[in-house]
Amino acid sequence: MNALGLYNYWIVILLMMTGFYVVISSGNLVKKIIGLNLFQASVFILYISLGKVAGGSPPIIREDISLYSNPLPHVLILTAIVVGVATTALGLALVVRIKEAYNTVEEDEIHQQDESL
Amino acid sequence: MRDNEVLRIVSKIIIPVIFLFALYVQFHGDYGPGGGFQAGVIFAAGLILYGLIFGIARLRRVVSIRFLQGLIAAGLLLFSFVGFLPLLMGRNYLDHSVFGQDAHSGQHLGIFLVELGVGITVAAVMVTIFIAFAGRRDNL
Amino acid sequence: MILAQLPVLQVIVPLISAPLCLLVRRGQAAWIIAFSASAVSFVVAALLLDRVLQDGIISYYFGGWAAPWGIEYRVDVVNAFVLIMVTAISTIVLFFANVSVREEIDDKKQPLFYTSWLLCLTGLLGMAITGDAFNLFVFLEISSLSSYVLIAFGADRRALTAAYQYLVMGTIGATFILIGVGLLYMMTATLNLDDLAHRLPGVMTTRTVQTALAFLVVGISLKLALFPLHLWLPNSYAFAPSVVTAFLAATATKVALYVLLRFLFTVFGATFAFEVMPLGIIFVVLGSVAVLSASVVAIFQDDLKRMLAYSSVAQVGYMVLGVSMSSVAGLTASILHLFNHALMKGGLFLALGCVAYQMGTVRLGSLAGAGYRIPWTMGAFLVGGLSLIGVPLTAGFISKWFIVRAAIERGWWLILIVVIIGSLLAMIYVWRVLEMAYLRRSADLPDLVIREAPLTLLCPTWLLIGANIYFGIDTSFTVRIAERAASVLMVQL
Repeated sequence: MNALGLYNYWIVILLMMTGFYVVISSGNLVKKIIGLNLFQASVFILYISLGKVAGGSPPIIREDISLYSNPLPHVLILTAIVVGVATTALGLALVVRIKEAYNTVEEDEIHQQDESL
Repeated sequence: MRDNEVLRIVSKIIIPVIFLFALYVQFHGDYGPGGGFQAGVIFAAGLILYGLIFGIARLRRVVSIRFLQGLIAAGLLLFSFVGFLPLLMGRNYLDHSVFGQDAHSGQHLGIFLVELGVGITVAAVMVTIFIAFAGRRDNL
Repeated sequence: MILAQLPVLQVIVPLISAPLCLLVRRGQAAWIIAFSASAVSFVVAALLLDRVLQDGIISYYFGGWAAPWGIEYRVDVVNAFVLIMVTAISTIVLFFANVSVREEIDDKKQPLFYTSWLLCLTGLLGMAITGDAFNLFVFLEISSLSSYVLIAFGADRRALTAAYQYLVMGTIGATFILIGVGLLYMMTATLNLDDLAHRLPGVMTTRTVQTALAFLVVGISLKLALFPLHLWLPNSYAFAPSVVTAFLAATATKVALYVLLRFLFTVFGATFAFEVMPLGIIFVVLGSVAVLSASVVAIFQDDLKRMLAYSSVAQVGYMVLGVSMSSVAGLTASILHLFNHALMKGGLFLALGCVAYQMGTVRLGSLAGAGYRIPWTMGAFLVGGLSLIGVPLTAGFISKWFIVRAAIERGWWLILIVVIIGSLLAMIYVWRVLEMAYLRRSADLPDLVIREAPLTLLCPTWLLIGANIYFGIDTSFTVRIAERAASVLMVQL
């Protein structure tokens, strides 16, 4: 398998590192959550791409099909997507409350306000 | 957005279709892409569209926060009790084969109820999140 | 029939009680539901431990689907011990919470608080009891998300930023664990922990499995607050409500340690984890640095909850030092310390909760002369502090004794030195508090009336602190179980 044939893994790595970089480097709280979402999306693609069987059809039973893709990763990812949605919602709720309490969503300004205590 | 006639008329046509589609996705999880979570989100999208066009106050009158909290609890309890019933008949938790004449129809009914519980909870949660965020607009 | 269903009852009882808490309107009713659910869970955990000690491993198939296709709950001595610890702490702290929460959280939000508590308990118990890797991830996220909510209930606005920081770091950690599980699934096509243990030796040499181990260890270490991934812990513990700090400090990191032990020893096996991959060296270095640096930072803290939070980071270092030795003695020490530290920190944070209840603050300066004004509260802190240092007759001494013994058995003198220096540093930061409480004259603040905390707060505190002394003197129960658990973990396939 040459490097180009593994393009799905390259995409996973690209997304993962992009998301991770956004989380670490960004000072804006909302951008961090978006980075977290990118990071999680890369993991979803990793799981789903590993479930694909070459020449397999979508895993819904029909009489004339004998080779199916693996349905288990799909179910796992459904759960992981729900977890990701819940995390995003919770994170954004915290950001809303932080905005009300500090009047800003920039991390360094929040730090400044806390340091001056 | 209430004053924009195009939006109002189109949304009044679309929203029932969205609900119908949500129910279709809910019950066809066995035969095509679908299931509880997806259906719940689509159903909530219909309600959220209503809230966007006609205002949060109207949406709150249609579904109050207490009603939504009750739905969240009800969906989760439905799922848990459907799993709990086999315990009373001596089988393990979530063993749906006790529900029907044979294992196949029992599993079918069990999964149906479980997905329904999931759909109810997810729809209620999504609408609650929307109302919680949108209702704070004054304070931000 | 109920006995056969115990494993699922352990998780179901708090899970069903959570939406019930959501439906009630008054805080007191929610507390009753939460406390009863926690107490029933404790009984279930005790029954499970009893059965496991007699029968060995208990296996439970969800939905009747046999493993490895179905989800299996697998209880052996290791997780039965963790289960009973988590449920006991939850019940005792919930008893404390009845009065404490009324002071710190307003009444309309209390049902939501107890709902989150029950969900957190469900997540922790599920993590400990499950035998399926993905199920573990799901319960991990349940417990993490609800702990972010619990922390955000704190009165100070910095609780929100602390919860946010914990959310970002915790989600990254959980996603790393998800990646690790995915890579393992890729190589073995199974998610069942026991089945993974059987299938991994065939593919152990591939880079995928090594990467999976790396991702899993980093992800779990983030939840464990192992240095340098501990940055979320001091803020979260300092600004959360008192009962939340007591509960999380005594349970969340311990369950993460259990998950680490389960993956390293049961799934991967000690030979792969410690001889092929350099985890032994990594854990020794990180554990030692954690013990030393966190103890030093704790000395300079003015906020007592923060000081104890850094102390917790140091104690996690001790546990990891025990793991790094990869021997029955080392694991016994880690598992013992898992239990004893829960007692120590639980009791200490509850004592601080009494102080917060009475005085509204936990700054060091406000405790001047407190030893004579609130003798029972400061007495609890005194005993807990002695246990932290490792004075004989306390549970802390037993843990440190076992770590030292395991280190001597392996000939790793560095660990001996680290433990001694760590104890000396602990003595410094505990002494700071005791000196302020007992040797300083109380400040002349006539309007600040310091009375002893009510009995409902003092009893659970002294229950945990007393357990420190009890398990420091009569070690038969804990040591026996820890040794059995360690030998179960060290069994090679």
